[in-house]
Amino acid sequence: MIAEIGHYALVLALGLALIQSVVPMVGARLRDDTLMGVGGPTALAQFAFVAVSFTALTACYVGSDFSVTNVFENSHSAMPLVYKFTSVWGNHEGSMLLWVLILALFGALVAAFGTNLPATLKANVLAVQSWIAAAFYFFILMTSNPFLRQAQTPFEGRDLNPILQDLGLAIHPPLLYLGYVGFSISFSFAIAALVEGRIDAAWARWVRPWTLMAWMCLTVGIAMGSYWAYYELGWGGFWFWDPVENASLMPWLAGTALLHSAVVMEKRNALKVWTILLAILTFSLSLIGTFLVRSGVLTSVHTFASDPTRGVFILMILVLFIGGALALYAWRAPVLKQGGLFAPISREGALVFNNLFLTAACATVFVGTLYPLALEALTGEKISVGAPFFNLTFGPLFVPLLLVVPLGPLMPWKRGDLLGVAQRLIGAAAFALVVIAVTFAATSGGPVLAPFGIGLAAFVMAGAVTDFIERTGLLRVPFATALTRARGLPRSAFGTMLAHSGLGISALGIVCASTWGVEQIVSLKPNAAVSLRSYDLTFDGMVTRQGPNYSETIAKFTVRQGGAVIGIMEPAKRTFPARQSSTTEAALLTRGASQLYLSLGDPADDGSVAVRLYHKPLVLLIWLGAVVMFLGGGLSLSDRRLRIGAPKPAAKPAMQPAE
Amino acid sequence: MSVTPHRWVSILLVAIVLIGSPHALAVQPDEILPDPALETRARTLSRELRCMVCQNQSIDDSDAPLARDLRLLVRERLKAGDSDSQVLDFLTVRYGQFVLLRPRFGWDTALLWLAPAGVLLIGMGSLVVLLRRRRRTPDSAEPEPSGLTAAESGRLAELLGKGGRPAGKTSPRTTR
Repeated sequence: MIAEIGHYALVLALGLALIQSVVPMVGARLRDDTLMGVGGPTALAQFAFVAVSFTALTACYVGSDFSVTNVFENSHSAMPLVYKFTSVWGNHEGSMLLWVLILALFGALVAAFGTNLPATLKANVLAVQSWIAAAFYFFILMTSNPFLRQAQTPFEGRDLNPILQDLGLAIHPPLLYLGYVGFSISFSFAIAALVEGRIDAAWARWVRPWTLMAWMCLTVGIAMGSYWAYYELGWGGFWFWDPVENASLMPWLAGTALLHSAVVMEKRNALKVWTILLAILTFSLSLIGTFLVRSGVLTSVHTFASDPTRGVFILMILVLFIGGALALYAWRAPVLKQGGLFAPISREGALVFNNLFLTAACATVFVGTLYPLALEALTGEKISVGAPFFNLTFGPLFVPLLLVVPLGPLMPWKRGDLLGVAQRLIGAAAFALVVIAVTFAATSGGPVLAPFGIGLAAFVMAGAVTDFIERTGLLRVPFATALTRARGLPRSAFGTMLAHSGLGISALGIVCASTWGVEQIVSLKPNAAVSLRSYDLTFDGMVTRQGPNYSETIAKFTVRQGGAVIGIMEPAKRTFPARQSSTTEAALLTRGASQLYLSLGDPADDGSVAVRLYHKPLVLLIWLGAVVMFLGGGLSLSDRRLRIGAPKPAAKPAMQPAE
Repeated sequence: MSVTPHRWVSILLVAIVLIGSPHALAVQPDEILPDPALETRARTLSRELRCMVCQNQSIDDSDAPLARDLRLLVRERLKAGDSDSQVLDFLTVRYGQFVLLRPRFGWDTALLWLAPAGVLLIGMGSLVVLLRRRRRTPDSAEPEPSGLTAAESGRLAELLGKGGRPAGKTSPRTTR
């Protein structure tokens, strides 16, 4: 019964979506307030029905209702409760339902909080949002229905794919989807602006918070996925340039560019046509990302053919939305009024530079990911494009980008003075040079490029600090004055500083972990020892343990440093009988921001076991940087100007109470 | 062993690998060469080579039996005195371009390799053209900071007024 309610609610949501995709837009055309007013309530109701549908599927999972095919294939009665929840989106059908849930949520948020939007814009945005939603409801109902029953109810489910039974992966898809789908709002705003043929700085101000929110979620979503791959896949890498990863990186790059170009548009009324295009591209890449990953096209062309209905449907949605949006853009963009002028050396110029390199980086990932597919389709020739290609092409594009990051915020709008900015950055540059020199001295004979990478990361971080010092006048004016000025700074300024320093932190982690990580691959018998850097590990022996739906073999290691025990590491292999598959559980020992990583191989007949031991210096900074970027975004989002779309009244900052 | 590049064979292999392989380590202790310099070269080469039955994994990362065979083959060639590029050539002749994770520059991959620089140059070029054209047209000099209609200006003033300042004193500032 519950499954049928869920199914029915989804059909009703589709009905509402169809109404919402037509009526408000007609209303906007006719300037009819009643028709335009339909958008808000339908958006809220649509969300309510999708929420009912999603809750129904969750109830089926929690209640282990194996008469529902989807639950049977992806759940097991003995699975811990938390994974029963997360397996709702641990499969194609359920994850699509999560997708539309978030889509409907964003639609409802615009309806509820977009009170300061002009009525026509709001109506058009909600209509466009509903086009996307309707396409997805159709897709789910016709090809990927999670509520289908089977005639005979099996006694037990087939269990969730064991590598997905992990907390990191439980939160990863919702965050990623919040990011992907969040960009649908920017897309809807862009299409609405094109339909109206009118766009101004206020548009950017309305779009920015949504874009920022989506970007924040995508940032931590990607970081979470990367950390999961790091500890769960068992070979210690944090980024594999896998097509699935690239699919999430592309919207992130485009979305980052969008965030920055929207700033130019809001403050200076320039780059309007470009910002619209970026908004369209960002969501298009999100669509491509979701669907190509889901359909399996990227990993293997053959999966695509194995389910032709799904594949064709996916292709139709992609062509319809991306092609349609770009055609509309080509048709309507010339109508939009061009914005303001600026000198190449200015804050605008720096942000254009940012956009240029981010777009090029995004294009590189795009071409690299899809080129093998295209080549095989056209000529039948099979090639591989993997990590070595991306490291070689993507890296050089990011270096100039990082170099300019500290310059941008110090540059004045309209017309800047490169020399003046350079002078203000002398401290940061000197710091970076010292860091490079020290790294060289400490790692003499080591890699040549890495110290420069460290220096670059240091420059980015020092640049953020310089920005703070410049804005508050710290070191130049009395401390109390600087403090007062710091209080008067808008939160978005702190957001920028935080996000930029997060970038530096991540860069530092990436350079350190990939350059100075060491590994040791050995075969050990019980009571044998292995040493890596200053750590000595003793293999104490194997233990078996029974988990709720798996059994595991654990290898116990005692870790010593300078003779003193600093921890126990227990890498394990888990066997899941329901799926007859196994996973390796790496053991991690955190020392500051560095980690010891121990992964288990197969035990041999003579009682010895193969292990892979890594020391990854500063590896945690990679993900910590992403968290800092997230916090920076959050701080910016809490800025009043972004929240309600109006600047803070210029009350005397000195008299403001501390917040 | 020889793997025919035939499609069905590869599908079958993928299926076997996905279903059959319990997770194990990629590089096994018994594969490691006693000469550390050779071993380092072997590892570097391994990262450039694709495990052809896996989903986008290098033979250095993969625990598939084929990857192990390839790793052993690479080490054999290195022991026999091959240079790095000779090893890559040897494997490319045997398995085709597909085995290389960094495809070689050629007519078929020119677009791939030139795309990053190409996009950058096209972007820069169009920026220069755009800036020149814009500078020549005098009418686009300095537009209003925000082209607001009267109604919007009123709404803006109202919003600003919400912040507690008397509405009369607000200036329609949109830029900080």
